[in-house]
Amino acid sequence: MAAKKTTVLNLPEEELVHPGNRACSGCGLSIIYRMGLKALGRDTILVVPPSCLTVLQGLYPIAATQLPCVNVTFASTAAAATGVLAALRARKKDTQVAAWAGDGGTGDIGIQALSGACERGEDFIFICYDNEAYMNTGVQRSGTTPQHVLTTTTPISGKQQRKKDMPAIIAAHGIDYVATASAAYPVDFYDKVCKAKTISGPKYIHVHTPCPAGWGFSARYTVKIGRMAVETGLFDLYEREKGEFRLTGPSQKMLGKKRKPVAEYFATQGRFKGLDEKQITELQNEVDKKWADYEKQAEEAC
Amino acid sequence: MHIIEAGNVAAAMGVKLAGAQVVAAYPITPQTPLTEKLSELVDSGGMDAQYIPVESEHSAMSVCIAASSAGARAFTATSANGLLYMNEQLHWAAGARLPIVMCVVNRGIGAPWTVWNDHQDAVSQRDTGWIQIFCCDHQQIIDTVIQAFRIAEAVRIPVMVCYDGYILSHTYMPFEMPDQKEVDKFLPAFEPDWALDPACPANLNTVTLPDIRPDVRGNTAPGYMEIRHDLHTDLRRSIGVVEEADSRFSEIFGRGGHPFIEPYRCEDAEYVAMAMGSLSYHIRDVADSLREEGIAVGAAGLRLHRPFPDRAVAEFLSGKKGVIVMEKALSYGYEGPLYTDIKAALYNCAERPEITNFILGLGGREIRTRDIYGVLKKTCTKTAQHEENPVFVGMKV
Repeated sequence: MAAKKTTVLNLPEEELVHPGNRACSGCGLSIIYRMGLKALGRDTILVVPPSCLTVLQGLYPIAATQLPCVNVTFASTAAAATGVLAALRARKKDTQVAAWAGDGGTGDIGIQALSGACERGEDFIFICYDNEAYMNTGVQRSGTTPQHVLTTTTPISGKQQRKKDMPAIIAAHGIDYVATASAAYPVDFYDKVCKAKTISGPKYIHVHTPCPAGWGFSARYTVKIGRMAVETGLFDLYEREKGEFRLTGPSQKMLGKKRKPVAEYFATQGRFKGLDEKQITELQNEVDKKWADYEKQAEEAC
Repeated sequence: MHIIEAGNVAAAMGVKLAGAQVVAAYPITPQTPLTEKLSELVDSGGMDAQYIPVESEHSAMSVCIAASSAGARAFTATSANGLLYMNEQLHWAAGARLPIVMCVVNRGIGAPWTVWNDHQDAVSQRDTGWIQIFCCDHQQIIDTVIQAFRIAEAVRIPVMVCYDGYILSHTYMPFEMPDQKEVDKFLPAFEPDWALDPACPANLNTVTLPDIRPDVRGNTAPGYMEIRHDLHTDLRRSIGVVEEADSRFSEIFGRGGHPFIEPYRCEDAEYVAMAMGSLSYHIRDVADSLREEGIAVGAAGLRLHRPFPDRAVAEFLSGKKGVIVMEKALSYGYEGPLYTDIKAALYNCAERPEITNFILGLGGREIRTRDIYGVLKKTCTKTAQHEENPVFVGMKV
């Protein structure tokens, strides 16, 4: 591998997302959408269900992106990507297809179509931007909302249930590429999309995407908070290539090192203000156990 | 070439002859043999298409919507609850102006579960913006599937080809198999005037405001209401397109001539019994019997359900003494929906016929010839006192 290391200095200069779009200030999605489209390139057809991205992309007849895009119904994203691929095969074209959905459009209302498409082995890249609640409709709980988080449908006691592990669910389909990424590490995300382009079959990238309005923090801290989620070991960056798991980038570098306490991350956001000491300790213990397993795996691999 | 096959196979052969490029389907009784036949045709190399074995009907229509948006001729088929599961996608396909063709193999809807025939599935999806054509026999199934693609592509509106579950889907009848070269003359390869394409990027189905809005060049783009008005006016215009497709089909294949209403002994009839699908052929036998008794009754099958050919219906029924509408669907809490439509079409006639409504065959309840005979005879000789309207025929408790 003599591939040149990607840095912000050698990213493609062409912008495929127009500035001045309808994303909120500090939107984590707008960072990764810009990066993702640079990685995907122009020969791409996008498939998008209702989500914040629908809003970001603009109101008819003005669009914020320069790629062809079909907006589809909420539950249908991966099936629609399948349909575009089928038409391209029928018309003997090899344009790539990328589906881009929020956590609801991926793991809740969208999971049936996504599971079906992964099982059929459809050759697409599915990018889930996980802002950990239904943000477009006003911060209601989702399957990937973490435990104890306050949302507008868990307003007093917080969400009682755990965060659904979507990458693991997709990995269980036996597809060749599952990765996680974070809006706070856009170059790492860029590299993962570029790698996904080289692999045939379904590719799934799950991106942790801070949301100032929904999480309750100032718009200028999007990257800082995204990084803290990784630095505390709550959200881990990894790749699962042909079933082989490996931590990547910042998460990989954290092996053998001391992590930031999760309490620091929780203190930065309004959505965690219902947490009590006992719950914080329990969550810290869960993270510690998960990382003890990572350390053990890394030692065994050596 | 004449062959003897099941109605589902007639539909599959129509799809093959029409050159569908993408087929997506989820099996449901009684559509299943159609799905199986298409997968066999593709798997054996007998049909050059992408067959997508999706995990649901919702996804079947998603695949068709996206494939059609990307410029391919797309087909699916379903029945009953499968059709209802597609509901939002049906609106989406019509709203996005995609020329998809779908066979609806008519079956009753749960709860309680039924797998047997009635028309509640297709009729309940009447207002999704699709063109709906009903078939009365196997020949009409294969011919209509081929015509449906031409109609859909001419107006960019999706078409449902409806035929009765079991009664047509699973019975074997002889029919003429159209010649591929003749079909190609009638239905050239699909040349979309737009499609998803990186060389000419467009963002399809974006959020559209209540009001009109200029684009970046200052041209005014329509608002949501103008887009809906376009769909409606194009659906009305498609009545002429359906007629044109039928007449061109007749020229090439020598079959057709009745794109809206298929009449049987109606010319000198005082009474006309109207129905959709195979029931209209069933009524023909009864009309023959009643004619022998000197009762001037005819049978008519409504082929085009949406857009509703109201002028043709009014012209056809104007001057009759009575119209008897027999249907296998119900607008719960009111009456038979076809009866409502026909009554409305007759409103502008100078002399309106008397009109009565019979509901029969729901959930596959056997429709006995003697039952049709009984109600028709009583209605035409005015010897019946109906306490309810619509009248349910064939009730046993």
